[in-house]
Amino acid sequence: MNERFPLPVRRVLAIVLRHIYVLRGSPPRILEMAYWPTVQMILWGFISKFFVGHSEWVAQAAGVLIAGVLLWDVLFRANIGQAVGFMEEMWSRNLGHLFVSPLRPYEFLVGTMTMSLVRTTVGVLPAALLAIPFYDFNVFGLGWPLATFFASLMMFGWAIGVFISGILLRFGLGAESLAWAFVFAFGPISGIYYPISVLPEWLQAIALAAPPAHVFEGMRAVLFEGRVDTHHMAAAFGLNLLYLGAAAAFFLAMVTSARRRGQLLDLGE
Amino acid sequence: MSAPHTPPSAPPTHPDASAPPGPAAIAVRDLVKRYGPVTAVDGVSFTVPRGAVVGLLGGNGAGKTTTISLILGLLLPTSGGIEVLGHDMLSDRFAALPRMNFSSPYVDLPHRLTVRENLTVYAHLYGLRDIPGRIARLAEDLDFAHLLKRPTGRLSAGQKTRVALAKALINDPEVLMLDEPTASLDPDTGDRIRGHLEAYRARTGAAIFLASHNMAEVERLCDDVLIMRRGRVHDRGSPAELKTRYRRPDLEQVFLDIARATGGAIDESSADQEDAHPHPPARPEDAR
Repeated sequence: MNERFPLPVRRVLAIVLRHIYVLRGSPPRILEMAYWPTVQMILWGFISKFFVGHSEWVAQAAGVLIAGVLLWDVLFRANIGQAVGFMEEMWSRNLGHLFVSPLRPYEFLVGTMTMSLVRTTVGVLPAALLAIPFYDFNVFGLGWPLATFFASLMMFGWAIGVFISGILLRFGLGAESLAWAFVFAFGPISGIYYPISVLPEWLQAIALAAPPAHVFEGMRAVLFEGRVDTHHMAAAFGLNLLYLGAAAAFFLAMVTSARRRGQLLDLGE
Repeated sequence: MSAPHTPPSAPPTHPDASAPPGPAAIAVRDLVKRYGPVTAVDGVSFTVPRGAVVGLLGGNGAGKTTTISLILGLLLPTSGGIEVLGHDMLSDRFAALPRMNFSSPYVDLPHRLTVRENLTVYAHLYGLRDIPGRIARLAEDLDFAHLLKRPTGRLSAGQKTRVALAKALINDPEVLMLDEPTASLDPDTGDRIRGHLEAYRARTGAAIFLASHNMAEVERLCDDVLIMRRGRVHDRGSPAELKTRYRRPDLEQVFLDIARATGGAIDESSADQEDAHPHPPARPEDAR
């Protein structure tokens, strides 16, 4: 790491380095990151092939299910990557050292978010590339909107991960399973594999209050109509800023609460 | 046996002559920490001058670790003030944190990282230069150069203590907080570590604030000793002053005298006083 970087950047990169060291020392973890997205892609690839011949809707855009599963994995991996970054410090009982170092809480969050971006890219990219020879579907054919879908889902994944990190600070590792489970609450209302219009009207309003529904609607607009829906894109980004800000504020409040209750020395396995 | 007490607000009197000028290393004023009905630290005030080595003695649950955690900012006080190197730790702690450090047996370093990787990460967190050279010097001084490539989780307790001390010294702190710095070390290694701390203080003029159950260690290293009981500073003075005051040959005897004179225990475990003053916890979680 370059010693001439500004100190806040060095501290953020120190957190990234800490997790790179963990990954470097554990090849199975790197394999595991790519394993699930690839298995999912293969499974949904075959389902897509089947539906192309049996469903008029899927036949109109053969890659709609594969694109859905790949983008959903971006959200899932972003959330897991961020939350695991925090849990690693809890598992190793390292929070006490970190919080008496010059590392600011926001720098810690930026470090774990950066690492989450690395983990997500390492996990999803191989699956996206394999879909090209396996199913003749190139998700990169979505063009520049793909970058906005990716960014939007990363941001919402971070927001959930930061929120879960705050919950973990408050309730300890007993709440660990939330890191994996909570994001699935958004599955039914995100419209990953079906349009939001399928949902009851009252549920559509709830669905559209979360960014993923806008992303997947936007994805279908590109795939089915060849149209970029800027309204959904803008809504997703606006909501993401709101949720990310709220999650960060919640996390910082939980740090203060943990300092008041003496949990920073206590949290761990 | 009772003995006259030095007023708790009196400052320690033996800072190192080479100490740099400026505000006190640590200034604690009327510090209180309560967990609901339990008072863990109860109106503690003291000053640690720059260059001084001050020991914190007390039984399990006397409030030592809570006091150190409050000074570090890991805990927020119920009331009172804490300054480190002139910076208010409640409003301006990030100005002081780069100039201080700590080690504690209650906090680990990531187990999967090697010793070198852990020290490298912390060196970056403190914004240091020549990181490989600094780690090599610490490893040589603290005798763990042969362990640099080993995962930290595979070290023995004594080896972990030395590595934790290296992490605490990585930024050449002006204020070094140590909780049981030689716990789990064999006598030879413990002696070497104490020698290293003495040399470090002499070289840098750093203030060292250490909590320990090892009376010989406190007697050797400390200019001044605070004896805590039930969250309060029960007595204080240099090791020589305390021995003279209690007419005892060593600090261990002084400690036992205080314990026996105050109901058989210097810590919170005396059940007969439980109602009058709830036990301060050994660690914060005990209070919940």
